[in-house]
Amino acid sequence: MNELVLFPLIGGILIGLAVTLMLVFNGRVTGISGILSETFFARKTDGRWREAFLAGLILGGVSLRFFGPSTFENTSGRGVAALIAAGFLVGFGTVMGNGCTSGHGICGISRLSARSIVATVVFIVFGVLSVAAFRLLQGGPT
Amino acid sequence: MNKETIAFLSGLVFALGLGLAGMTKPQNVIGFLDLANWNLSLLFVMAGAVIVHGLSYLMVRKRPSPLLDRQWHLPTRKDITPKLIIGAALFGIGWGLGGYCPGPAVTAVASGQTGPLAFVAAMILGMFVYTRVERHLPFKE
Repeated sequence: MNELVLFPLIGGILIGLAVTLMLVFNGRVTGISGILSETFFARKTDGRWREAFLAGLILGGVSLRFFGPSTFENTSGRGVAALIAAGFLVGFGTVMGNGCTSGHGICGISRLSARSIVATVVFIVFGVLSVAAFRLLQGGPT
Repeated sequence: MNKETIAFLSGLVFALGLGLAGMTKPQNVIGFLDLANWNLSLLFVMAGAVIVHGLSYLMVRKRPSPLLDRQWHLPTRKDITPKLIIGAALFGIGWGLGGYCPGPAVTAVASGQTGPLAFVAAMILGMFVYTRVERHLPFKE
């Protein structure tokens, strides 16, 4: 029960606090796909906050690895080839659709942005279809 | 405090939240998208995050500016376009295929595993390719 409800809820509250910091102090949406693509592919003159955010995210990952070695356990059965195809689609789609789970799903929905609500419904629906298709192709039960 | 320090702390707390919530494990994300074997945990993550950020947004949105900047930088667009929908759909397909979205994937690079590293490299390539092909696409925005 803790793993299904309590930890996700506390983790979600922490994520809510993280995006609140970015909102209240910096006045920005914490959109991770945007932060990533702008770090690499946009010429920005508004400081190095994107790089700092990504450094924090990775350092957080390092501490998780240290304090909870099972945090990154992957039993999904997705191999490297699937992950490469998935990564490409996620990168292409999030820049095209102006956001991902953080920018649209969390920040946008909590500001009641119509674009973000529509985007979130669409990516969840297509995520469900994708998982079902993967299962079918593998020949498993649907 | 400067903007970089805040952004760094935000990234750090974000990663810890993802890890505690189990969102760095692709099977939990795929489980949320798998109606045949439904795992609800992602819903509780979203609920916690949206409630906290929703309340803080309500409290600060009338202020003339954020604490460390002269102006807000929040998105103002309201138009639902084909580009938004197709982009979100492609993202959704990749999300279900890999079980990672950008935040957990970047966090999981720290795991040292090949999977997240390959995912993030391909994701950055996908971003690059989009910026290159955008002007050839039939969307006027």
